[in-house]
Amino acid sequence: MTMSVWLPVGILLSSFIPGVLIFFQPEERHRLRTLLNLLGALVKLLLVGVLIWGVFHEQVFETRWTMAPGLEFVLHADALSVLFVSLSTLLWLVTTIYAIGYLEHTPHRSRFFGFFSLCVTATVGLALAGNLFTFVVFYELLTLATYPLIAHKGSPEALRGARIYLSYTLFGGLLLMIGAVWLHTLTGGVEFVEGGILDQYANLDQDTLRWIFLLLIVGLGVKAALVPLHGWLPQAMVAPAPVSALLHAVAVVKAGAFGIVRVIYDVYGVEFAAELGVLTLLGTVAAITIIYGSVKALSQDHLKKRLAYSTVSQVSYIVLGAAILGPLATIGGLVHLVHQGVMKITLFFAAGNYAEALGIHRVSEMDGVGRRMPGTTLAFSIGALGMIGIPPVAGFISKWYLGLGAVEAGAAFWVLPVLIASSLLNAAYFLPILYRAWFKSATSPWPADKTAGCARELPDPLLWPPVTTAALALLIGLFAAAPYSPLEWAELIAGREYRQ
Amino acid sequence: MNNLLIWPVALPLLSALLALLWPRRSTWIGVAGTGLSLSAVLLVSRQVVESGSIELALGGWAPGLGIALRVDGLSLLMLLMSSLVAMAVAVYSSVYFSDSERRGEFWVLWLLLITALHALFLSGDLFNLYVTLELLGLSAVVLACLGGSRASLQAALRYLVLGLLGSLAFLMGVALIYAGYGTLDMAALGDAIEAGPTAWVALSLMTGGLLIKSALFPLHFWLPPAHANAPAPVSAVLSALVVKAALYLILRLWLELFDGVVTQASAMIIGVLGAVAVLWGSWAALQAQRLKLMAAYSTVAQLGYLFLFLPLLAAIPEGEGRDLALGALVLLALTHGFAKSAFFLAAGVIMQRAGHDRIAELGGTARALPVTAFTIALAGVALIGLPPSGSFLAKWQLLSTVFVTGQWLWLPVIAVGTLLAGAYIFRLLGHAFAPGEGVGPSLSVGREEIPAVLLALIATLLLGFWAAEVWELVPISAYAGGEA
Amino acid sequence: MTQALIYALTGAVLFMLGVRSTLLRDSLLARILGLNVSGAGIFLIFVSLAYRGDSMPTDPIPHALVLTGLVVAISATALALALNRRLREMDDE
Repeated sequence: MTMSVWLPVGILLSSFIPGVLIFFQPEERHRLRTLLNLLGALVKLLLVGVLIWGVFHEQVFETRWTMAPGLEFVLHADALSVLFVSLSTLLWLVTTIYAIGYLEHTPHRSRFFGFFSLCVTATVGLALAGNLFTFVVFYELLTLATYPLIAHKGSPEALRGARIYLSYTLFGGLLLMIGAVWLHTLTGGVEFVEGGILDQYANLDQDTLRWIFLLLIVGLGVKAALVPLHGWLPQAMVAPAPVSALLHAVAVVKAGAFGIVRVIYDVYGVEFAAELGVLTLLGTVAAITIIYGSVKALSQDHLKKRLAYSTVSQVSYIVLGAAILGPLATIGGLVHLVHQGVMKITLFFAAGNYAEALGIHRVSEMDGVGRRMPGTTLAFSIGALGMIGIPPVAGFISKWYLGLGAVEAGAAFWVLPVLIASSLLNAAYFLPILYRAWFKSATSPWPADKTAGCARELPDPLLWPPVTTAALALLIGLFAAAPYSPLEWAELIAGREYRQ
Repeated sequence: MNNLLIWPVALPLLSALLALLWPRRSTWIGVAGTGLSLSAVLLVSRQVVESGSIELALGGWAPGLGIALRVDGLSLLMLLMSSLVAMAVAVYSSVYFSDSERRGEFWVLWLLLITALHALFLSGDLFNLYVTLELLGLSAVVLACLGGSRASLQAALRYLVLGLLGSLAFLMGVALIYAGYGTLDMAALGDAIEAGPTAWVALSLMTGGLLIKSALFPLHFWLPPAHANAPAPVSAVLSALVVKAALYLILRLWLELFDGVVTQASAMIIGVLGAVAVLWGSWAALQAQRLKLMAAYSTVAQLGYLFLFLPLLAAIPEGEGRDLALGALVLLALTHGFAKSAFFLAAGVIMQRAGHDRIAELGGTARALPVTAFTIALAGVALIGLPPSGSFLAKWQLLSTVFVTGQWLWLPVIAVGTLLAGAYIFRLLGHAFAPGEGVGPSLSVGREEIPAVLLALIATLLLGFWAAEVWELVPISAYAGGEA
Repeated sequence: MTQALIYALTGAVLFMLGVRSTLLRDSLLARILGLNVSGAGIFLIFVSLAYRGDSMPTDPIPHALVLTGLVVAISATALALALNRRLREMDDE
């Protein structure tokens, strides 16, 4: 009984408390800070393990707190929350290790890790939010916690990127809030319930509901980087590599995509949303985003920018899956929430390693890097192949289910061309990188070689995170049918959403 | 037992006298006096929570002939805000004025200001309110010119003349009320006042006077120079508390005494002025080059939000729905009170350390004064209205009321105001977190940094997570139509 | 037209004259004086309100109010004049 109340709170506190404590640590207390970070991450992992087990066995985990009349702060764990919570927790641990290595001997680490932990707290809060109000609270908190991370370097470009990020997300947060309040006044409270709640309010004006949907989706679409709301994402790549990794894989863009999934499935209900006709529009926007992001990625020479546009494109697979009516497409979208995260974080870790070890920031500088940094490049290759959708890496599973879902829903005539075109484009912007890295040889010296004379390509905390996540991307693709795999879990969610 | 109500007024007044007689110990007396009045308020609040509103007829004279002190939910919340903010500011001032030769004057006036504020929130009699308003205005003016610069004297004098004009308009209204109804006791008037020429003229005069004091656009022009040029602790109480006193009286008049007289059209006029204040104040804050001036313009904008509530409140019939909106208004006022006082105190720390408050030259603040930078960030969150601050909840309810009443006009105002607030706060934070040497070398956390951060935490955490208490207290009314 | 009404109307006229010069005059001294004239107007109204007919004793409350009001008005005027003078001194320096 008490455990079911305290577990969601405990999961939040396991990163919040270390975060707050870290703020008060003097810069030089490196070991204590590392201890706090890892302890928090491990405790969170443990608690999430209990949560996964409990939710699978249909236990209820819920915390309620009345903040104002009619406004309850609700933490509630359902299958969908668990999917996102597990992803964030696991990748937080890996990213923390990476960040400790990456930021060694740089200033302001206490501030960095403090906000880093708060950022994860907000993400996990989003995942566990049990109603729209709580979701909005964490959505705004996430904006606040990530702003200092993007601005971390304090250089004019970093401040500019952070300012652009902030303008977009404050605007998005405002629209989301307006939409949420509007819906709140119509229904008296918007709890997230599997299958949605709005079909019970037959008397509500459908046009009003369409307008609210638009407000919510635009508000969430800013973080999910839907075209034309994506402008902040390529600018935000000025952040340190671990931040980019977290931003692109777990925290910000995923928060937007996760919110869209929540709104469609647990507020409107996917069938009711389809009746309203709003899914077609959303699907079109997602398709445009997928193609646009890939096309833009083609022409980027800056590696992190190419990856950023790739994120724009890939995150919209999740939105596309949500916008197609039918359980198979749902599975494809949901499982991509995890798969994209694991693969993209690998790519960003690798990009960070290239910059850290050899000063490589551009694709054109990557000739022959595979021989110099084999571990990192192997991880990068697995991530890239997964993004293209080559089996058995995880990305293939997502695309397969999205395709099946499109056929099931009778939307194959437009979804399949989008998927195929996007995969070809993915190949067109990733394969040249792999070719340069493995098969060309270095023609000029590296821009800034820091590892000359070292026995290994990189210190452990930088090398192992990308290798681990790459292995993970391979494993969840290979063993997609194993129990508790992301795919199995997505099927569980789809089953509950469609009330089968 | 009801004699309890005397203490929040009597204790600061007695301390003021003591401080006057014993200037060398004035700092000690000032802090202790503020602390004692805070404990008196806490005792009062315990009793209100337990047994509802309290009335005390001073000297045993029945209201009508004598003067009544009353406390209900609304006045209790204002009392709590003012005594808590006062406590924090007093601790800060004990450092701020420690070397100043004006220390003695400051503490006497400071305690008088608290006396006046507490008396104002407790008064149940219109003429008594006039007296407290004047006392408040006079002590505020003298405090505002303690800085001694020409600019601050000029601003204070303008503040004084306009404030006096406002009080006289209020007094004229009081005279009309007495002519029309033969009593000035507010509980009796709540039943007696009916729509008619006397009531309309009296209400317009009193409201007009109070609007000057609460700096509603276009009567706001005195506020930015007066608040920006005062010493930091004084700016903090002026912006956080003194303008709220006038707002509190407007609420009393509009919602309780004149609730049958107020028309939707007149409330709309106030609402439109509030809307212009939100937009114009936020825009001016964005343009401001100095930290304290920015904070002062932000006050103009934040007061505008509070006035947006009036047309909404007028459109909702008395009852649960209106209490919901009223609670949101009060919560917004409280959050602003705590956040803005924290902001001004932090600005004061920066000014003392850096010797200036030019926003563009604040680089390095976050490194040299991390606690103060954190305070500004927290207070900023509350000023924008982001979670987990109290103003986020208040804005949520404000938006909700906009949808319920269908007064869509306010929606873009709130939206643009929020974005502008975000812009001016983050412009400041961008400078504060940028590298630079604008603030001098890094030092250990000073005693003067702590009160501000506590105030900011109240605004962003306490009022966010325990705001439900506000809505519990607001419906406890000593004046609600007919029941009193 | 009763005598009390004449007093009250005179008071109202004084109030408005005072407000007018407070708002429109440039000289600070004139504005301060304007406030005093306004105040006097209001006090005159209060005094006239005390009259309750020849057969009744006058109402004591308005008298008490006026006495209090006078004290407030004098302190306020004193403060305004002091500030005004301080400002002048600063200009002279």
